[in-house]
Parts: sequence; C-alpha cells; structure tokens
Amino acid sequence: MINRHNWRGTSEAVCIPIAALLCSLILFGIFCALAGANPFEVYGSIYKAAFGNWYSFQNTLIRAAPLMLSALCTALPARLGLVIIGNEGALVIGGIGAVAAGLALSSAPATIVQMGMALAGMICGGLWIGAVGALRHYRAVNETISSLLLNYIAIALLNHLVGGPMRDPTSLNKPSSYPIAEVNMLGTIPGTRVHYGLIYGLIACALAYFLIQRTTFGFAARTAGGNIRAARIAGLPVGKLTMAICFLAGSCAGLAGMVEVAAVHGRANESLNANYGYSGILVAFIARHNPLAATLVAILLGGILASGGILQRAHGLPDATVLVFQGLVFLVVLYSESLYGRLAIFKEGIGKKGQGPGPDSLPPIPNPQAPIPS
Amino acid sequence: MSAEALGWWGVPLAIAAGTLRGSAPFLFVSLGECITEKSGKINLGLEGTLLTGAMLAYAISYLTGSPWLGVLVAGIAGMLLGFIHAWLSQQPRVNDIAVGIAMIIFGSGIAFFFGKPFIQPSAPQLPTIDLGAWSSLPQIQSALKISPLFLIGVIIAPLMQWFFKSTRWGLFIRAVGDSPDAAKAMGISIFKVRMLSIVAGSFLAGIGGAYLSLYYPGSWNERISSGQGLMAVALVIFARWNPIQCLYASLLFGGAQAIGPALQSVGVNSHYYLWNASPYILTLAIMIITCSPKRTLTGAPGALGTNS
Repeated sequence: MINRHNWRGTSEAVCIPIAALLCSLILFGIFCALAGANPFEVYGSIYKAAFGNWYSFQNTLIRAAPLMLSALCTALPARLGLVIIGNEGALVIGGIGAVAAGLALSSAPATIVQMGMALAGMICGGLWIGAVGALRHYRAVNETISSLLLNYIAIALLNHLVGGPMRDPTSLNKPSSYPIAEVNMLGTIPGTRVHYGLIYGLIACALAYFLIQRTTFGFAARTAGGNIRAARIAGLPVGKLTMAICFLAGSCAGLAGMVEVAAVHGRANESLNANYGYSGILVAFIARHNPLAATLVAILLGGILASGGILQRAHGLPDATVLVFQGLVFLVVLYSESLYGRLAIFKEGIGKKGQGPGPDSLPPIPNPQAPIPS
Repeated sequence: MSAEALGWWGVPLAIAAGTLRGSAPFLFVSLGECITEKSGKINLGLEGTLLTGAMLAYAISYLTGSPWLGVLVAGIAGMLLGFIHAWLSQQPRVNDIAVGIAMIIFGSGIAFFFGKPFIQPSAPQLPTIDLGAWSSLPQIQSALKISPLFLIGVIIAPLMQWFFKSTRWGLFIRAVGDSPDAAKAMGISIFKVRMLSIVAGSFLAGIGGAYLSLYYPGSWNERISSGQGLMAVALVIFARWNPIQCLYASLLFGGAQAIGPALQSVGVNSHYYLWNASPYILTLAIMIITCSPKRTLTGAPGALGTNS
C-alpha cells in the first residue's frame, strides 16, 4: 500500500539518482567542451551508439550481462555493511574455472558442459570472495583491501595459467587457453545477437532481490548490516552470514566470468580482465545496492561502455573518455548519497523532520563494523 | 663484464638494486597515506593520484624539459585530487572508501585521457646520484644509482615522525584522528585539519607518481602503477601508522617487487607472473598475520574507519 510517507520516500529514491546522473552528464559535457569536443554531439553519439537502433542496443545488452552479475558481487555484501570490490578477481577466477570445466567435460552433451561450466565458475568465484568473508570474520582483515589485493593475484594467476600450464600452443602473440568447442558455447537468444548471459544476469538479479527482501536469510543479513551488535545479541550467526553472502556474491561474479568465457571469448585469456569488475562496483553504487535497480543501471552503463568506440572514431577522444565519465558519475552519485533526507521537497511537514529515505532503500553504505584494520 | 659473470650473485644484487629504486613510490604513497590516516580518514584514491602524478610529471618534463618542474606539478595535481576526496568524504553519509574507489576511476581516467599523446615520446629524466662509482663492476655501479627523490623521501620519514610527536600541528592531526569529540572540545576544526592532512598526503602521492614516470621505470604508460597506491593502505597498517616504519615497509615491498625481474635477469622465466604477484601476496599475508578480531591494532587512530 502506498501511503503519503511511502510516496515521498519513493520519489526521493527515484529523483535523486536521476538528478545525479543528469548532473554528471552536465559535468561530463563541460569536460568534453574543455577537451575540445562539442558536448551535444558527444551526447548524441553516445545515445546513438548505445540505444539508437536495435543493432546498437544489442551491443549494449551484451555488455550489460556481465555488469549485472558483477554488480551483485558488491551489492549483496553491502547489505551486511561490507564494501567488497573484488569483482574483477572473482570474475577472472570464475572464467578460469569455467574453461577448466568446459575442457574437462568436452566429450559430454552440450547441456551438461554448459551446466558444468556455470557451476565451476560459480564455485570458483564464490570461494574466492568467500575467502574474503572468512578473513573478515576470523582475522578481521578489512574486506575492501583484501578483495582488492585478490584482484591483482587473480590476474597474475590468469596470466600464469594461460601463459604456461593451460596454454594453447597455437595462440602465438596473445597467450590463451585451449578453446571450448563451438557446440558447447552459450549461443544467442533466437532472433538476436545477444547471448544467453543476459538471461543469467536477469535471473540472478531477480533471485538476489527475492533472497534479500523476501527470505529470513535476507532479513537476518539486513539486520546484521543495520546493527551488528543487536544482531549478535539476537543470536544471529553473523560469521556464517558474512561468509554465505560473500560466497553468493563471488559466485555471481564468477558466473559473469563464465558468461564472458562461454559466450564471448570461447577461451580464457587476458581479455577476461576487461574492467567489467570495476564497472560493476559503479553499477552497484548507482543502484544503491538494489539488485532490481542494478539491471537497469547495468543496461545504462553497458550503453556507455558500448559507445567507447564511436567516441574514438567520430570525435577523436581517447578511449579513456568513458573512464572519465564513469568516474564523474561515481563521484556525483556518492555526493548525492548525502542529500537523502536533507532536501525540503521530500520532507513531510513540520514535526516529522529528518525523515529518512523510503522503506525500500538502504541504510547508508558506510558501516564498517570496526575500525579498518581491527 | 656481462651479467653472466656474476652468475647467481646477480639475483641478490638485482633485488637490492630494485629495492633502492622501486621502494620510493611506496615510500611517498605510504607517507601520504600515513598522514591521511592519522587524521582519521582513508584515501584509497591515492592510486588515481599516483597515475595522474606520473602522467603530468612526464608530460611537463617532456614539454618544458625540466623534470623538477614536472615533480612540482605532479604534487600540485595530487593536491587538487586530494581536495576533491577530502571535501567529498566529509559529507554526511558518504563513505571514504567508496570515494576512494571513485577517485581511482576518475584519477586514472584523467591520467589516461590526457596521457595518451605522451606514451611514445621520451621525456628528460630526473638526474641520479652515483654511489657506486668506487666499484669496477658495472652491475654494482648501476645498482647503486639512486634518485635524489628517494633521498628526500628518506628524509621526510623522520621529519614526519618528529612532526607528529613534537609539534602543535602534529598534535592537532593526532587528536582529530583519535577522538574527534575531544578535538572539537579543544576548539579544532575537524574539517580543516582533515582537509589539510588529506591534501598534504595527496601531494606526497603525486610526487611518488612523478618518481615512477621520471625515474623508475622511467616512462609513461597506462600500467605504470599497478596497484601501488592501494598497497599503501596495507603498508601503513603494517607500519603501524609510524612514518619511520613506513620507510622499512617500503623497502620490503620494493624488494618483493624486484624478485620477479631479478629472477628473469638470470634466465628464470617460469612462474614469472606469480613472482610479480608477490607484493600483493605479501600484503595479504601481512594483513592476515597482523590483524586480529580481538583487539584494535596498536597505534591505530581511534576514529579510523568510523564515520565520525
């Protein structure tokens, strides 16, 4: 039921992110103008390359699929107040696992191989981030830093494996693993060029939303994220929750790696390390860690990523333009976080001052349970 | 004499040389992070600062022919990025770690955007001090070439220690970092102190970036920093928020970083990438060993990681 309070809260939760996106568009326009490009033409190109026609929109959707999955890797632990940014590493490890499974099972029927690859990707990614959760719980190692370090370790492991033990000798200047057989690849949704990874992403986001909002497990997680001391007193198994959420988060990112391997590249090589992990963090933050909102934001950001090429060709802007844009969006979105509950138009009358965001939105992200190193 | 003449002795020598060269960026970034964290905030964005500093120093050195001007500009650019971080991370309900991640993306975006034209040309490099002129072995001569910037960093470390311990301003920073409420009662502006600490820390990180592109490895490309700005956070924890220990920790990390290339120089190519990951593995191992759920680490500023 939507009452007055809900309505205000919801409109606040919708208006502020949109205003933030607009504001970052303006800032990006100023940046482009300073760099010597016409900002309106740049906007036009981005729109055309991302959403302008069915062909380019399919490109956007292809990029959105891994973004959705990798965003969950940050969004789920955020419910517990954890800031995890190991998406890139979990994605890479998931990709390695998927290739290993795909090669090991190569004689089985295609469905089995695909299931095996998905499962292997999820388990590898899950254990990778699950380890971050375990370190957080047992050793109080700061999860942001450990997950970040694991990114670099994962990439080194990938380079080592595709350059040595898993290397296909026919891959000359770009070391790669042996390829997965064409029949075992994920294939495209009939009538489109978009691969089935998009479906994986949508399902995973829906499941994650259901898990967080509609199950006891999700309720326990949200409670522990809101007030860890109260959760401990209530007898919630905070450690197990932490590790379970981290495992799920990592398995989503691992699935993203599997999708990249099994639907796009067909083998593991350094293309796996394509910054979907870092962009996924941004998606999670813009979506305020809401899995359903993440699907939309992933499509939006997928569009921006898809337009990188045209900015280079049509406007002579370097490919890092997209990175600058992402950084600006991220900064403005973070600033907008501080506006919730402060703007007069979203407040009810006197006497209910300081009304927070709506019931569906989150407690503010910052909630390290302890000082960083402890 | 060729490299083979030294044989396996080349490995420890190369590691020692790599330590002298490779530890300066760690030193500057960790000293910067140290002063930032002492005031109670964390700046993960130093990675972006490092990249921007490296790019600008290289570009300015190439355009004007003066590497020292490049160093200065890199520091000033770092201060600007630090200003954004300091302002944003002190807004209500904004998490400093999240701002740090955003600043990594933004800073590296800026660096790659404007740095594209400077990947090819070669800029004038910083001069070096030759400590190995006494030796007849060219390996030792080149190993003992050190940058004056490194020496400056080595001098800053004890100075910063003295600053925290014995000056009024050092006390302000420690008070704000340990107990913002007490600092407020003393009449200190928390916002200003944190602002200045973060800006000063980012200045140092910018100079660390200049060292990367103007001395070692001595060129500008997009993979120049590879996470050194992030490792600073772990390094400062390892050094227990003590500037002198930051110096030792930086030497250790510089050494770890040099193992891979040193082994490669004597022809050991297997596991090259894994050796390259050794600074990250070392960082993680150190954090696992030194952190504990039962107590806060000694030396940790009290307000660090809280949102006060």
